Amino acid sequence: MGTDLIFRIVLIVIIFLISLVVAMYSTYAERKIAAFFQDRIGPNRAGPWGILQPLADGGKMFLKEEIIPTNATPFLFIVGPCLAILTACIGSAVIPWGQKMVVGGHTIDLQVTDINVGVLYIFGVVSLGVYGVMIGGWASNNKYSLLGAIRAASQNISYEISMGLSIIALLMLTGTLSLKEIAEQQHGANWNVLRQPLGFLLFIVCAFAETNRTPFDLPECETELVGGYHTEYSSMKLGFYLFAEYINMFISSAVMATLYWGGYNYPGMDWVLAHTGPAIGPLIGTVVLFAKIFLFIFFFMWVRWTIPRFRYDQLMDLGWKILIPLAIGNIVLTGVVSTALKHFGF
Amino acid sequence: MSTFYFIAFLSIFFSILVITAKNPVHSILYLILTFFTFTIHYILLNAQFLAIVNFIVYMGAILVLFLYTLMLINLNKDSEPVKPFMVKVAGVFGGGILAVALTSSLKLVAASNPVVLQDPNLGLVKNLGKVLFNEFLLPFEVSSVLLLSAMVGAVLLATKDPKTAA
Repeated sequence: MGTDLIFRIVLIVIIFLISLVVAMYSTYAERKIAAFFQDRIGPNRAGPWGILQPLADGGKMFLKEEIIPTNATPFLFIVGPCLAILTACIGSAVIPWGQKMVVGGHTIDLQVTDINVGVLYIFGVVSLGVYGVMIGGWASNNKYSLLGAIRAASQNISYEISMGLSIIALLMLTGTLSLKEIAEQQHGANWNVLRQPLGFLLFIVCAFAETNRTPFDLPECETELVGGYHTEYSSMKLGFYLFAEYINMFISSAVMATLYWGGYNYPGMDWVLAHTGPAIGPLIGTVVLFAKIFLFIFFFMWVRWTIPRFRYDQLMDLGWKILIPLAIGNIVLTGVVSTALKHFGF
Repeated sequence: MSTFYFIAFLSIFFSILVITAKNPVHSILYLILTFFTFTIHYILLNAQFLAIVNFIVYMGAILVLFLYTLMLINLNKDSEPVKPFMVKVAGVFGGGILAVALTSSLKLVAASNPVVLQDPNLGLVKNLGKVLFNEFLLPFEVSSVLLLSAMVGAVLLATKDPKTAA
């Protein structure tokens, strides 16, 4: 029990550090990818190929002057970014990062905790994420911030519905809410995306909306709202908001990879596992999971630098009139097909 | 048991703050904290599914909408309009009568036995689902149809062209 607890704490620290490092280097990757898409070079001064740029940015954020506007509500003004980064970080607790590892007689579970309502936990954390933006935007006492916050709230609620409905169709197939069991069911190449292509499409669109990424970044639409909800923020409090977005991107990529793209599973994993042993084999699965996550993060960035943002009414139309009916249709289709398959004995 | 008392204290503390806070947005934020303590109560009772659903539905959706509405209507004034004196007197009188009624009804309440959890897995999704779909199938389905029709109705209202509707 004692060693188990120690392993778990170590795992929490490692996952926390990995989330932060991935988020840090996502900012670098974003700028490099943007540069590539716009035929520029991108950051190349700090260190070779500019790889120290995130550190320089972080140092700059920490050293800048901390400003709390006179008319702001001071306590909530500080709570806003803290909540944003907190909700971004706690989502990683239920994600299975790999199979069980056996090192020197100890079995190490590469998942912080396997609660039996894991999918709903992720969903709850996502729905809580909007409070950071709303509280920060309101406490700034600035009309642009407030408009940004209100946009964020209505956008999140609208897209949460279709996100939930698209997950329901997936749960009808998996029959469990535990992310660990869902990952185990997709052993080898038996990935859920093959059975739920429409569900995955709906989920990824909603994930874009929930993480406030382009084309759904209307809460911080700079052509209309200056900086949106973080207009009044400076120094590391602004950094927290920007950072939370990248951590959210990382976590939602991990959730998508786990729910739909097989998580740590890959074709031929049994053969690899048999040849590398139970200590190294699961780590290869983890590497595969991270490869999938990075592909999704790249996809997020690819879309950002390719597609212009929606108008607000288009965003609402898409959420309510297209995604929700499609998601309900997907549930009906999933039910009919799976019942028919069971009935005719496949 | 001490955890329960601590959380119960927090629930009552935050709910008092909800009604005493001057600023409506602050009182909604306290309400969010109150609902969060309810979530912890559910977890203490081993009702994980209810806990997380309370979390998603109340904290994640309904209170976001509350906050949203309050932020919109409370743009520039921090204080409520001053109420006439008679209304305040009537309010105090009504509240006092309610307090008397509640305290007198307390006399009838017998102290219940502490809840003994027969089955620690009672609140898990699987068991809850079995109970809902075996014993309460009709009410469950009817309420789900009600909720779905409310949602479809909202979408339909939004789709309707104002020119043809008028």
